[in-house]
Amino acid sequence: MHEWALAEGVVNTALEIAQNKNLRRVKTILLKVGEIQQIDLEVFDFALKELSKDTILEKAEIKYENFPAYLSCNVCGYKWSFYETFNKLNEEEKEAIHFVPETIHVYIKCPKCGSHDFEITEGRGVFIEDVL
Amino acid sequence: MKLIDPRLSIIEKRLENIKRIIPVASGKGGVGKSTVSAFLALLLKEKNYKVGLLDLDLYGPSLHIFLNNSHSFPKEEYGLIPVNINNIDFMSIIYFTQNKPLIMRGKELTDTLIEIFTITRWNPLDFLIIDMPPGMGEILLDLIRLINRLEFLIVTNSTRIAMETVEKLINFLKEQNIPILGLIENMKIGDQDFVREKCNSLGIPYIGNISFYDNLENYYGNYNEIINSPISKEISQIVNFFA
Repeated sequence: MHEWALAEGVVNTALEIAQNKNLRRVKTILLKVGEIQQIDLEVFDFALKELSKDTILEKAEIKYENFPAYLSCNVCGYKWSFYETFNKLNEEEKEAIHFVPETIHVYIKCPKCGSHDFEITEGRGVFIEDVL
Repeated sequence: MKLIDPRLSIIEKRLENIKRIIPVASGKGGVGKSTVSAFLALLLKEKNYKVGLLDLDLYGPSLHIFLNNSHSFPKEEYGLIPVNINNIDFMSIIYFTQNKPLIMRGKELTDTLIEIFTITRWNPLDFLIIDMPPGMGEILLDLIRLINRLEFLIVTNSTRIAMETVEKLINFLKEQNIPILGLIENMKIGDQDFVREKCNSLGIPYIGNISFYDNLENYYGNYNEIINSPISKEISQIVNFFA
């Protein structure tokens, strides 16, 4: 599962941050999870907990903040939410975007002018907000 | 605290079981980077090396044509395991685009490259051959930024027009102290020596040349014909340079 690959990155990075902050034990990890990557939070959370075992992250509370994705057309300037166009995608297309979010340009176009040239202004992927 | 991208810390780990990483680059398009990359991978594999092949030409992926494979999908296993084709581990953006146009700007190229390296779990390899896009933009710069043990193989053709750009790439890599294995002169026509002389003046090895073949496309997708083709015999001498 893709969630495991990302979780591995989160655990590695959180350990680096904790080390830089001289934390002996991590109490909280704050994550921002963008809508476009369609992360299965249950799988992601399980992966994070498994990968944190026997580390200073082991008992940390992981807080997720989901943030919606917005797209902005580079041609006509129209702005819309990913959610508006998401339901028009088939499962294969959703999966491609799950793995490589930039493939959104293949499967989604501007609802107003039809261009595939748009920007993901918010909500692309997973970020660490803080490690406490 | 600024938002931190957790993917960056995992890239080196993803590559830790790969002994040598060789981007095949030119700066110039149309000189045969993909052909050289694919032949190199096949011939290294023929010498019993474990070989991976990564198509990073995100706007114009083409190695799947050479390998005759575009409808498989990498196996999901804590990420994605590259598709194994004739014992070469292969990864390409083509598996996610259904062969449709993928248009992107600036940072999106960077994000795609990072995502591919984050999710791809390469088996242990002796060589990872990377087919680079033309140009000196995001893909080249990010590869250099994120992976610190690259050994570049430069490809040009016999024209001064190609060499004009190739020389700029070589100078850039040298200035950044990035190892260059050497240069291959592809589609060689005539007997002029200016590419070899240019290599001498730039201080990089001239590895060898490959003749121009007007029937090259007849071999694509057919493993046995590729291996027994005349171009294979020429490139195998170049392979000896590596292994």
